[in-house]
Amino acid sequence: MRQLMLGNQALARGLYEAGCSVVSSYPGTPSTEVTEEAAKYDAIYCEWAPNEKVAMEVAFGASLAGKRSFCGMKHVGLNVAADPLFTCSYTGVNAGMVICVADDAGMHSSQNEQDSRHHAIASKIPMLEPADSGEAYAFAKKAFALSEEFDTPVIIKMCTRVAHSQSIVEEGTRVVPDPIPYEKNIAKYVMMPGNAIRRHPIVEERTRKLVQFAESCEFNRIEMGSAELGIITSSTSYQYVKEVFGERASILKLGMVNPLPERLILDFAAKVEKLVIVEELDPIIENHCKQLGLTVTGKDVLPMEGEYSQNLIAERLGVQIPAYRKLNETMPNRPPVMCAGCPHRGLFYILSKNQCTVLGDIGCYTLGAVAPLNAMEMTLCMGASISSVHGFNKALGAESEGRTVAVIGDSTFMHSGMTGLANIAYNQSNSTVIILDNSITGMTGHQQNPTTGYNIKGDPAGKIDLESLCRSMGFARVAVVDPYDLDACDRVLKEELAACEPSVIISRRPCALLKYVKHNPPLTVKEEKCVGCKSCMKLGCPAISIKDKKAAIDNTLCVGCGVCQQLCKFDALQPGEVQK
Amino acid sequence: MTKNIMIVGVGGQGSLLASKLLGHLLLSEGYDVKVSEVHGMSQRGGSVVTYVRFGEKVYSPIIDKGEADFIVSFEQLEAARYVEYLKKDGRIVTNTQKIDPMPVITGAASYPEHLIEKIQTLGIAVDAMDCLSLAEKAGSSKAVNIVLMGRLSKYFDIPAEKWQKAITECVPAKFAELNQKAFLFGRGEA
Repeated sequence: MRQLMLGNQALARGLYEAGCSVVSSYPGTPSTEVTEEAAKYDAIYCEWAPNEKVAMEVAFGASLAGKRSFCGMKHVGLNVAADPLFTCSYTGVNAGMVICVADDAGMHSSQNEQDSRHHAIASKIPMLEPADSGEAYAFAKKAFALSEEFDTPVIIKMCTRVAHSQSIVEEGTRVVPDPIPYEKNIAKYVMMPGNAIRRHPIVEERTRKLVQFAESCEFNRIEMGSAELGIITSSTSYQYVKEVFGERASILKLGMVNPLPERLILDFAAKVEKLVIVEELDPIIENHCKQLGLTVTGKDVLPMEGEYSQNLIAERLGVQIPAYRKLNETMPNRPPVMCAGCPHRGLFYILSKNQCTVLGDIGCYTLGAVAPLNAMEMTLCMGASISSVHGFNKALGAESEGRTVAVIGDSTFMHSGMTGLANIAYNQSNSTVIILDNSITGMTGHQQNPTTGYNIKGDPAGKIDLESLCRSMGFARVAVVDPYDLDACDRVLKEELAACEPSVIISRRPCALLKYVKHNPPLTVKEEKCVGCKSCMKLGCPAISIKDKKAAIDNTLCVGCGVCQQLCKFDALQPGEVQK
Repeated sequence: MTKNIMIVGVGGQGSLLASKLLGHLLLSEGYDVKVSEVHGMSQRGGSVVTYVRFGEKVYSPIIDKGEADFIVSFEQLEAARYVEYLKKDGRIVTNTQKIDPMPVITGAASYPEHLIEKIQTLGIAVDAMDCLSLAEKAGSSKAVNIVLMGRLSKYFDIPAEKWQKAITECVPAKFAELNQKAFLFGRGEA
């Protein structure tokens, strides 16, 4: 059946049809939907792992056991999984193993825009790069056979515009290959020096064979148009190039971006008068061409940063872009904000009020850094809040211990906060760690995690108790607060900062967007009582504004959390009436 | 010739359902279709853009400046923000609702006045209507997306029945009636 599919959904369909049996992933925009969609097929065992390293090792174990396996992650997740990645290149696989990494050029929802192709090159693992949903589907399906033929994991690299664009896919049927029996093979799978030394030359030989494969494989193709201009491109950049040039250029479209072919590129270059390389982020194809001795145009005219588009490519390559009209008006920005009723808001307000130095982490709550709360001063990577607060306090001692905190979400804590907490327990800094437990992985769109008690399908699962976990690590002080209760938050924060030992505060309330969370009616403003002091505005709640010098509540947004009510000294904000 | 529809609004207003509906409808009309969405951080109350492109063969998943045949906007400021993306004879279909962005809420910026008139002075055709009231009249403020689709449908040669069929196929059954009503309100036929 012909249907529109998100790139990620198409990739999941490809996994299914290739007979993939085990999927383990950690959510991360723009990769999340691959695993969510795979979980809709009962024939595939799917799970959310606590982090990408665990996910990749689960997939490796399944491959070793003889079943086709998969793990998916965003670009920065591959950094977390880099340890197994580099060495499973040496061991190779038993049944096919496919890894999806989704890059985020333009940083729609990421902390950097690293180019994952470097990981493929550095780990010497083949990488396929689809340019639309149809290719995501087809490449996923073929990647397993490639993995088995060359005895290597295979990486499929997505990007935001391929992962989150829908295009047409023609579905096929699932074919499950016979399991490949597991056989004990210490020399292949036990990577101690004596064995790894013998595996490395095998990896180099495999790369030479993969280069040969790349010269004529179905993933790479030439589309001859005008010979005046030749363009080598891949991924979504191919689509922009086609949009701009159509038949007015010849194109070498690379679907396999590691290793890169040599003969194919040289032959293509010989057919065209001028050679241009169009690739987002780093000049990897370009540098390869230069090493082959070719003269090319690339990053000398095209940017290293951000996403490309048809107009960007047209302008940089001297093609007229369409005319457009501009409004001569200063337009206020509309940055993302914490939702109305977000349980993080109350806690951040208290941190801001107490002038705490807040070392933050990755999640919706990173928005605590924006005005008017301005209550976060560092965000680096998953788990860094806890490790960094320890370092910060070791460096400054008592001077910072009484006012510095780490804040981290429940899912991020499970991902890589626990090891940082173990460091505090072991090396004893007087640090205060706040776990923002909203009972879900929020930013990526509500995925379950080891603290929620449910698995990827929403069925009951194991549940890690945060309080017991922290206590068993040696934290005698573990407090739980409701972030909707500002007085309690204030009191507990002051107590834990003053305490002479490390402590954990668990700020617990489920995400206001969860379906099971019951909302209260919107608050109302007693206009006669409102003096327009704007105390309620300090929360940065999108449901509150000032209209005619009085507070106004947007009924379509307010969920009646009542946090603003606690800030009003004049009783002007009142609970709304329950509608019968 | 590829046609381009840009759907713009504030994260959480329901643009994903609008693009799903359009994609579904245009595919059933036999076109090649691409729909590009926004997920993740910018969904949290930020400015969101969805691109819908259809034609004989569509390459790029995104719409660039000067290319949009239609901008369908859930909010005035967002309509104004993306005017540059409109084609020479493109049209804006917009909800007249205003939602203050955080810099306006905190007082760091002000919400520009008379935006629709200012867009019109550029010679741009603007079809503006209070979709929120119509959605509420249909039964839910969340149906603004389908009210807008109803309005947009007037500019297409595709018969209303096909839009209605697509709505039935794209929304949960319990909201089908409400959304059919919202569609007709948007079209001005109820």
